[in-house]
Amino acid sequence: MSDVRLMIDGQEVVVSSETSILEAAKQIGIEIPALCYDPNLEIEAACRLCLVEIEGSNKLQTSCSTRVKEGMVVHTQSEKVVKTRKDILQLLLDSHPNDCLTCQKAGECLLQKYAYDYDLKFRVHDGAMRPQLLDTSSPYILKDNAKCILCGKCVKTCAQVSDRQVLTFAERGYETYIALDANQTLETSSCVSCNRCVTVCPVGALVDKRALGKLRSWDGSSRVINCKRCDYGCEFEIVSKDKKNIAVLAKPPTNGRPLCLKGRLNTELEYIDEPEVPYRKISGKFEETTWSKALSLDGLLEKFEKMDSLKGKTREE
Amino acid sequence: MTNSIGEIVDTDCMFVIGSNTTENHPVIGAKMKQALKKGAKLIVADPRRIELAEYADVFLQLKPGTNIALLNGMMNVIIEKGLYDEKYIEERCENFEELVNLVKEYPPERAAEICGLEAEDIVKAALLYAEANKAGIYYTMGITQHTTGTNAVMSVSNLALLCGNVGKESAGVNPLRGQNNVQGACDMGGLPGDLPGYQKVFKPEVIEKFEKAWNTKLSSKVGLTIPEIFNGAHDGSIRFLYIMGENPMVSDPDINHVRASLENVDFLVCQDIFMNETTELADVVLPAASFAEKDGSFSNTERRVQRVRKAIEPLGDSKPDWKILMEIMNYLGYEKRYLNPSEIMDEIASVTPSYGGISYARLENGGIQWPCPDKEHPGTKYLHKATISRGSGLFMPSEYVESAELPDHDYPYVLTTGRILYHYHTRTMTGRVEGLNKLAPSSYVEINEETANRLGIKDGDRVQITSRRGQIQTEARITEIVDDGVLFIPFHFADGAANYLTNSAMDPIAKISELKVAAVKIEKVNDNKSEVV
Amino acid sequence: MDIVINGIHYEVDNNTTILQACRRAGIDIPTLCHDDRLEPFASCRMCLVEIEGSNKLVTACSTHVKDKMVVYTHSEKVIKARRDVLDLIIGNHPLECLSCDKSGQCKLQDYCYEYGIIESSYLGDKREPYVDTSNPFYDYDASKCILCGLCVRVCGELQCTSAIGFEDRGFDTIVKTPFNEGLINSKCVSCGNCVSVCPVGALTPKAQKFRHWETKEVQTTCSYCGVGCQLNLIVKGDKVVGAQPSLEGPNDGLLCVKGKFAYKFINHPDRIKTPLIKRNGKFEEVSWEQAYRYIRRKVIEIKEESGPEAFAGLTSARCTNEENYLFQKLFRAVIGTNNIDHCARL
Repeated sequence: MSDVRLMIDGQEVVVSSETSILEAAKQIGIEIPALCYDPNLEIEAACRLCLVEIEGSNKLQTSCSTRVKEGMVVHTQSEKVVKTRKDILQLLLDSHPNDCLTCQKAGECLLQKYAYDYDLKFRVHDGAMRPQLLDTSSPYILKDNAKCILCGKCVKTCAQVSDRQVLTFAERGYETYIALDANQTLETSSCVSCNRCVTVCPVGALVDKRALGKLRSWDGSSRVINCKRCDYGCEFEIVSKDKKNIAVLAKPPTNGRPLCLKGRLNTELEYIDEPEVPYRKISGKFEETTWSKALSLDGLLEKFEKMDSLKGKTREE
Repeated sequence: MTNSIGEIVDTDCMFVIGSNTTENHPVIGAKMKQALKKGAKLIVADPRRIELAEYADVFLQLKPGTNIALLNGMMNVIIEKGLYDEKYIEERCENFEELVNLVKEYPPERAAEICGLEAEDIVKAALLYAEANKAGIYYTMGITQHTTGTNAVMSVSNLALLCGNVGKESAGVNPLRGQNNVQGACDMGGLPGDLPGYQKVFKPEVIEKFEKAWNTKLSSKVGLTIPEIFNGAHDGSIRFLYIMGENPMVSDPDINHVRASLENVDFLVCQDIFMNETTELADVVLPAASFAEKDGSFSNTERRVQRVRKAIEPLGDSKPDWKILMEIMNYLGYEKRYLNPSEIMDEIASVTPSYGGISYARLENGGIQWPCPDKEHPGTKYLHKATISRGSGLFMPSEYVESAELPDHDYPYVLTTGRILYHYHTRTMTGRVEGLNKLAPSSYVEINEETANRLGIKDGDRVQITSRRGQIQTEARITEIVDDGVLFIPFHFADGAANYLTNSAMDPIAKISELKVAAVKIEKVNDNKSEVV
Repeated sequence: MDIVINGIHYEVDNNTTILQACRRAGIDIPTLCHDDRLEPFASCRMCLVEIEGSNKLVTACSTHVKDKMVVYTHSEKVIKARRDVLDLIIGNHPLECLSCDKSGQCKLQDYCYEYGIIESSYLGDKREPYVDTSNPFYDYDASKCILCGLCVRVCGELQCTSAIGFEDRGFDTIVKTPFNEGLINSKCVSCGNCVSVCPVGALTPKAQKFRHWETKEVQTTCSYCGVGCQLNLIVKGDKVVGAQPSLEGPNDGLLCVKGKFAYKFINHPDRIKTPLIKRNGKFEEVSWEQAYRYIRRKVIEIKEESGPEAFAGLTSARCTNEENYLFQKLFRAVIGTNNIDHCARL
């Protein structure tokens, strides 16, 4: 690995030759928009939003997948780049439902952010719209294919845990969508409700159903804690409003942390003032359950009591 | 202000004199208009037909510089008709006889003659004020910026005492301070004769107290006022001048004299957020942080100490003024260090009785109005409630005296100056706000149609205005706001600055210059040659 | 008086409205047209509540409590009525939350989320577009206006300028300046108090380019005149991007054109960012240490030659109390002169 020197938007930057243009730009405070890029996932270069202009090259290049070269001169905001990005975003908007009014993702949605940055609006058109395919079968995750922009991040993060690999791409072209196993629902598939996919979805296609309707992303306050269920210590956000803890949101899984439902429920029970009832999936069906069952503590509680009372007696004697 | 802003909406009568409130204190102006909706009466006295004049029950468009004659005339009517508060005067005031004797000489007819008013309007105003249960007087520089400014303030106070309006809610004597912290700058001892809390430098016990608190020797010699400082700079006795956050090259009277003075000092330090006409003359310029970049407190016109909070980091290498001053003190060998402005406030509270109970912890729950002598004291909404602070209200009768410079054959017009809604002081801040420049782009002179017709001046014409001290060119604006013979120029603009013309003659006590009255001549300028026709 | 709200007893003064009683009890009643400083308007109908023994729902903002009154603030009937109100408003409101500058601080958006109104069930006419961009500081977009009347009433009742009013009638009602002259030619003094109270995106500051969720607010005191208005500076990153009046302090939620809009000097490129020393008639950028050393040298030199009375300082009515205190302390305690003054006389 050697260092290379390049110019990005007139600023000089020195980085290792392994670096992507996108990461090099980030180092000098230039943010290149990207929907499918995630440093924790393998590079796909699917959304094309991170296109940049490189002097000497006719074609625009995706900055997430193009490595820096010595003497490279990059423009991230040239007229050509901006126009291309606008075209891409407008196409995405054209097949996206206009419901930022109430969408749970509003305020955190990357499509919304870039549309605002590039002065784009929804337009009325009679072309095709992605069909409203709402999967409401899970009490933990809400999946709305109509809002999906097919960035593929959910598929990749799901596949990172070897015994999961539930999410896949299905069909082709405009018909492409994200499927669970072989066209199952969240309920009937092998999905374990770990919420990894929710944490990486840049739009409102996969959202945490237990937070739905409770508060907007810009409301309330939050703090990050580590799950105590196991040694991975996955990160969760505790969201509070009016001095009450009202929701637990999984943070993106990093450093090999897997995220799991049990950890999430454990965290809910520990922190939330009035937690909702838990559900368990039993042979492809979600069923309401008790907290002790959900956390596999059945029998243990009685034993705790028994042991504690025994200990008390011993001391008394 | 003796009273509070919030009390205005409940007043019965407002007497606004020498204050264009809706433009210079817009939110107080709005409160006044709210009071009108609730049925309050309004008397306006001003050389200009300002917005409030449209709502006034009596509008007195007096000649610039004749406030005292008007006030004496009103008091004459009130005494003649027996409308004064006899019980209040007996219990709480002294020197009433002298007032009676003096204002006897100002029957409304004579006052009207001096002021250029109708006698019946003066009578009407006097009755409105005297017959109101709670009447407040509101004034600004229209009262003070005269060679007789101190006497005019005394006359305002005489009128308020006469009707028992001092020490009463929704009444009082209410000077509206023009700048965000001019009250605080005075409170903190930014005056040549006063240490913080108006403790006099010439009193040995005061000096002893501060020498102990600051652990140093102090001078008990009263210092110089701004005009005296400039004169000193001019004659070479002032060699080192430090100017923090001011632009006297636009704001002060007789700019030519100011320039000569500043150019003559050996060493000029300027501390500001922008380069301006004054910093250009400096030897060293220190970059200060703006109010958004630092913690601190301002004291408003109703004596309310309120927090200033840091919203962003200082721009570039700029530093908050307090830090710069502390570091200079340290460089000069004075070893006191403050970690933050809260610590400075604690020191202020320890040496300033009226701020004794003020701390940042308390200010978190909202502002506190001084006097606030101790930690339990809630602050003071209006002054002189139980008794007048000095013991009893002293009537200080004053004769009307003409302004220092009156129109004559060579300089036949009266120039008066002031501010407008869309700019602030010398525009170092507002001049950098695009929208404000769109609404008020440049200097102009207001001129009555009759005056203009006599001189062949049309709306929008370039005109040249000359006084004994200087000359400017600006644009004519034909209006009915000013009377025939009176001109008005907003002083904000460096280009066509009114203060090249103004008179630096001073009130002998307050040392305020007579910015409101200068004799000038005005001529049309030939468009092509920029020459006088 | 004893009243029952949602099954719980409360003691309240007579002359209290149901809305005030609920707020004191910590019960949130939605309102779009209410402002404590103004007379109740009862036009938005979001604050409808159910009263036992009465068939009709009543507006909480304008109905006074009665002894033994039994109130339901979130009954099925109430919720349905509020949903109907929102449904109707959204039916005539552009769905532009994607790019609307008000998004994140819009009461209509908040209530639609709370009451689950995703889109309108009405497919009626939309109001004719009407925009007034003539004012240099703010824009009016009638298509987003919900006719709550807050702007008109604040302009009339509190600011007392009455530059704007309702024009036309029924479905075509909009907020306008008289005679269609446009804001710039009206009595409008650009105080922006209408903008500050608009609950939706109809009245917005010009050229705003930020989302509310990217900002924080810091309460401070206005730096212009001596009124001392309390305001919240809206901060995005290292820039001040807006100002909003605070309801605390002497201004009761009002500001003038300078307090509301003239914050733009703060991040202006003309700001002085480094100490400067004049050498041969030209300013050169120097370090703080160089500047301080230069000042120290001159202070010592002049003090030795001419004594402390050759020094004078002009402190500043623009600076804080603490800074004015230090300035006079510097001159009195360190230099040794009382030659300190400021522009109190200007």
